[in-house]
Amino acid sequence: MSTLKGNRLWKIITSPSRMMLTVGAIIILISLIRQFTGVDDITSPGATGATIRFTIPILMAGLGGLWAERSGVINIGLEGMMILGTWFGAWFGFLYGPWVGIFAGAVGGAIAGLLHAFLTVRVGIDQAVSGLAINLLGAGTARFLSGVFFIGKGGDVNISPQVSSTGSFTVPGLSPLLTTLAHKHILVISDIAGVSAGLVTKINWASLVMFLALPITAWILWKTRFGLRMRFCGENPVAAESLGVNVYRTRFIAMAVSGALAGLGGAYISIVSTGNYLEGQTAGRGYIGLAAVIFGNWTPAGVLGGSVLFGLTDALRVRQSTSVHALLLVVIVLAGVYGLTKLRKKDWKGFITGILIAVLVLAYYMINKTVPDEFVTFFPNLTTILVLAFLSQRLRPPAMAGAPYRKGEEG
Amino acid sequence: MSLAIELKGIEKNYPGVVANHDVDITIEKGNIHAIIGENGAGKSTLMKILYGMVKPDSGTISIFESPVTIKSPQDAIGLGIGMVHQHFMLADNATVLENIVLGSEPMKAKVVVDYAKARENLENIIETYGLDINPDDLVADLGVGFRQRVEIAKVLFRGAKILILDEPTAVLVPQEVDELFKNLKVLTANGLTIIFISHKLDEVMAIADSISVMRRGTTVAELVPSKTNKRELAEYMIGGELPAPRPATTKPREEKVLVVKDASLNDRTGREFLHSINLEIHAGEILGLAGVEGNGQDELIEMIMGLEKPSSGSVHTVGLDTNVSSLREIRDHGVGYIPQDRQRDGLLMAAPLWENRILGHQETKPMSNGLWIDKGAAKKDSERIIEEFDVRTPSNNVMASALSGGNQQKFIVGREMSGDPKMLIAAQPTRGVDVGAQAIIWDHIIEARLNGTGVLLVSADLDELFKLSDRIAVIFRGTIVDYLDPRTTTPEQLGLAMTGEKIA
Amino acid sequence: MKKLNRLFWALAAPVAAILFTLIFVSIILLFKGANPLSTFQLIATYGSQSDNIVAELNQTVAYYLAGVAAAIGFKMLLFNIGIDGQYRLAIFMAAVVGGATHLPSYLEVPLIILTGMVVGALWASISGYLKVKRNISEVISNIMLNTIASGLIIYLLQPSRLGLKGKSSDNLSTPLIPSSGSLPTFHIFGGELYSFGLVAIAVGILYWIVLNKSVFGFNLRATGMSFRAARASGVNAPRMVFITMALSGGIAGLTGMGELLCNTHTYSLAFPTGYALTGLALALLGRSNPIGIAIAAFFWSFLEQAAPALDLEGVPKEIVMMMQGTIILATVTAYEVVKRITRRQQQRLVGAADAPRVEVGQKGDK
Repeated sequence: MSTLKGNRLWKIITSPSRMMLTVGAIIILISLIRQFTGVDDITSPGATGATIRFTIPILMAGLGGLWAERSGVINIGLEGMMILGTWFGAWFGFLYGPWVGIFAGAVGGAIAGLLHAFLTVRVGIDQAVSGLAINLLGAGTARFLSGVFFIGKGGDVNISPQVSSTGSFTVPGLSPLLTTLAHKHILVISDIAGVSAGLVTKINWASLVMFLALPITAWILWKTRFGLRMRFCGENPVAAESLGVNVYRTRFIAMAVSGALAGLGGAYISIVSTGNYLEGQTAGRGYIGLAAVIFGNWTPAGVLGGSVLFGLTDALRVRQSTSVHALLLVVIVLAGVYGLTKLRKKDWKGFITGILIAVLVLAYYMINKTVPDEFVTFFPNLTTILVLAFLSQRLRPPAMAGAPYRKGEEG
Repeated sequence: MSLAIELKGIEKNYPGVVANHDVDITIEKGNIHAIIGENGAGKSTLMKILYGMVKPDSGTISIFESPVTIKSPQDAIGLGIGMVHQHFMLADNATVLENIVLGSEPMKAKVVVDYAKARENLENIIETYGLDINPDDLVADLGVGFRQRVEIAKVLFRGAKILILDEPTAVLVPQEVDELFKNLKVLTANGLTIIFISHKLDEVMAIADSISVMRRGTTVAELVPSKTNKRELAEYMIGGELPAPRPATTKPREEKVLVVKDASLNDRTGREFLHSINLEIHAGEILGLAGVEGNGQDELIEMIMGLEKPSSGSVHTVGLDTNVSSLREIRDHGVGYIPQDRQRDGLLMAAPLWENRILGHQETKPMSNGLWIDKGAAKKDSERIIEEFDVRTPSNNVMASALSGGNQQKFIVGREMSGDPKMLIAAQPTRGVDVGAQAIIWDHIIEARLNGTGVLLVSADLDELFKLSDRIAVIFRGTIVDYLDPRTTTPEQLGLAMTGEKIA
Repeated sequence: MKKLNRLFWALAAPVAAILFTLIFVSIILLFKGANPLSTFQLIATYGSQSDNIVAELNQTVAYYLAGVAAAIGFKMLLFNIGIDGQYRLAIFMAAVVGGATHLPSYLEVPLIILTGMVVGALWASISGYLKVKRNISEVISNIMLNTIASGLIIYLLQPSRLGLKGKSSDNLSTPLIPSSGSLPTFHIFGGELYSFGLVAIAVGILYWIVLNKSVFGFNLRATGMSFRAARASGVNAPRMVFITMALSGGIAGLTGMGELLCNTHTYSLAFPTGYALTGLALALLGRSNPIGIAIAAFFWSFLEQAAPALDLEGVPKEIVMMMQGTIILATVTAYEVVKRITRRQQQRLVGAADAPRVEVGQKGDK
């Protein structure tokens, strides 16, 4: 039997336990840092709740990017689709209620997604050009439509009338119990309790519904026939076509879904986060969604991880900027661990890089009391660049994402 | 004796080209049948017909003794014909199982793929045919031999009873070839029929039960290995006429334009492309390099031009050490290069012809003065080339992509021979070019030789090698195995040498 | 006759795109209850008013430079969306350097300009490096870098670091550049025309000459057309890609110089943004041709200047933004179509007079 099977078996055996160990270690680490710095907000129910609210839009944009890229089309236009989502969400939410608004947001995004598909797949123009043009069109259209519809109804070109939000729920019994436990500040237990409390207290129904897009995406992509074929469109469209897959049609569908997801994220922003449409409220989250896809190595779980990370830093910044400062300690420890593992492999370059980062961040930590707001705003972007620069070998983008594909041409 | 395939009188014409003419092939069930022939003999067209990608103009096809018409690959698959392409169609980032199952997925509840059933089917196939692959491996982790087995499993999964393998050993190393042959024997033991397309005579003699030889679009012989030998096969494949070698009116000069001393070339993983190459070319000499494609010719050219530095040994091109000098310096010093892949390496397809004249010569006179391009000179000289080399184009402003392949080639040859280069590297210089243009190009190469240019002629066209070369070097598996004198060697002998056999 | 044919097809795409946009926009206007013809007339008259023309020309200068920067990238098939970050970081640093030095005019001005170009080039070369060494899409890396640049500028603009507080607490800006570091303006049409426009013209001329007449330009274009063919011809192709990105960033660093040297003499957050998208659009519309870009740039500024007038007449001025987006899409689509038509034309012209012929073999041939 092939030796690769041996390796594979080994990986499967060690993987779940290794993951659990890592997660466990991180939990303990954060808990220790909390105790050490006294910044209790990090694992509090409040922070967790805020993180969820910041994460969901990024997650939706990220999933949108995932659907697109997995099918072979890079979707730079996520931002524009999100903007349309905010607009349609707010307007239809105002007219018919929040849930209709959410649905409308998805539809608005999907339409832009189909446009992107048409231009890149059928007409064959460059995917980046199409994406950017859609961003421009999305912003312009939203402004224009605002002017048409909002004035006289309590809004203006850049702001819509108020929209009521979708309701929220709290798990009885569990929520107060966990919250009390959290406030006790016991090592590890309170942290876990705090985060768990945040997950069951005042959760907006929309958050829950939209979150479902994640497991549904994973299921579709890896369990269904459509998902398998779609993934091949991104990996080797010529091979897919030769086996009977309609690459053009698959990409169209994927782009519609991509746009819809981005639109949902936008609708969440206007309906749940803000309460109305505000010009510029997407604040580049479409692009951060793209960053989450790269950071997450094009997997749903990775996108979730990236979105949570980016959402967390945003949430903490807003609540208490000292929290972000405390998180620097996490970075220091991780960098140090990275360096040490490289040392074991006799990889001197890796070792020095890790230790250098740890020392620099430590120095920064000692000198400054807080992390400046501005740095936190571009934290996701910086992280992505670093991931791209240093981990590009580990990254597994869909092989043919971004490459033009013409039916009938041999690769 | 039951027949799997019977082809009778197959004809296929394209405008100006006869691809297949009066092709007759009979293949018994459970046999490995090899179809051999040179490039351009018509093998690939015939296979496209069998696989439903192309429709024949006339002739009959019988599969398992019933006449059929094959209109599309789906028809072919339905009849039990499976094609294993030369260039694998696999997604790296997916598992073996996923790659095999795509397009023919067993379903559960209409939307979900029944991976359990697929796995079961696949493991059956692995079991029955002894294919050493693992459904859960990521294709990216697999080497070439494994990938080929995945492609074979792909067609077996779809119920293929007849397998067409197109040049399967082109990318394999000897051990992988042995493994493939073992697999093929197991397949035939299970009643499958295999069509094996190749031009490697020793492999064909080793594995085939019966052989069809194609030349110039038709089947010229149907043989059995036990009743023939490689010499005879080569004769059929190449044709026995000795082309009249051109009388050598001048002798090669003393000065050497190329000295390769014991050079080897490895890649980063240690894989050896070239091994202990010793080669010399004198000014005023044409050295032909014969060999089946993929035996190291590309790497040798890159090494000579300075694109790759030798891992050991030395290469001196027109007096410059390639370890020290850059490609540009070497070219500027007087090296012309006619690349094998003219569209990718020799032309700017989106640029007009006169700009393409500048390519490769952009830093020296007359095309430039080092800083500025001389557009007038470029246009004038491109006109000269169009004139002298009979390039069919309405003007020198036409984009290179608009020209036919043959005309593109003529232009490139004209360009690379301008300025009386000290050395000319010509890789397949007359491939895809009609007889008239071929003659023009040959004349110019011979004239260059007379003027003192040293020429490295890399070619798969034995006719060309014989007509032009002063000496012929044979490259096989990354090393030079023999030097032959075209005046005293027969084409069959050369064909044999190309398979690695030493000529007596 | 052939030249006329080529001219026709060269213009066909942008003309078709503009027509399409006008029709599309007219439909939207009608839907809103406005009269398309009078709207267009309004735009035309308002834009041509003398006091607006100067503002348009000044804006054109900036847009033009952004377009040239984008065009340089296009020649290498690079999509420099990073012009935004490159331009802002460049102009910020240039303003800081200018505000911190008091050299005589003939040194101060070149210093400021040089700083801008160098900073722009350096920032761009990050994405260039990632592209060449790690094959990372320059679009993605530049989008990230843009945000980082914004954050850095806001951070550094604080009074405690490099910034200055203005009269009102929101007005953060860099220290004022001394008068030796300013360029004059021309007083025409009742407005102040930036003399920096002359530099822009020079850049355009240089761009065209270098790209089309020099060996370096040839190598650059060749690498963009075919990486492998360029490499086989002796060009250090990877290095070319990197240099092109840096060059594009360097020109991007010039975009705000007119505003800085001729008008504000300081950098603040009020400086315009969004040059990347505009630059790319203009390069597309102008087909990377220096004159084409200039025309497109003027047209773009014209539209933008006229936009406020629409407001006064009750037409939503956002229509201009939609026009811009539509023009981009329409133009690119039109170019695709035209490209295919002309290619087929050329192939027909060349003809197939000499298809290769193969002698047919006979059975039993030895």
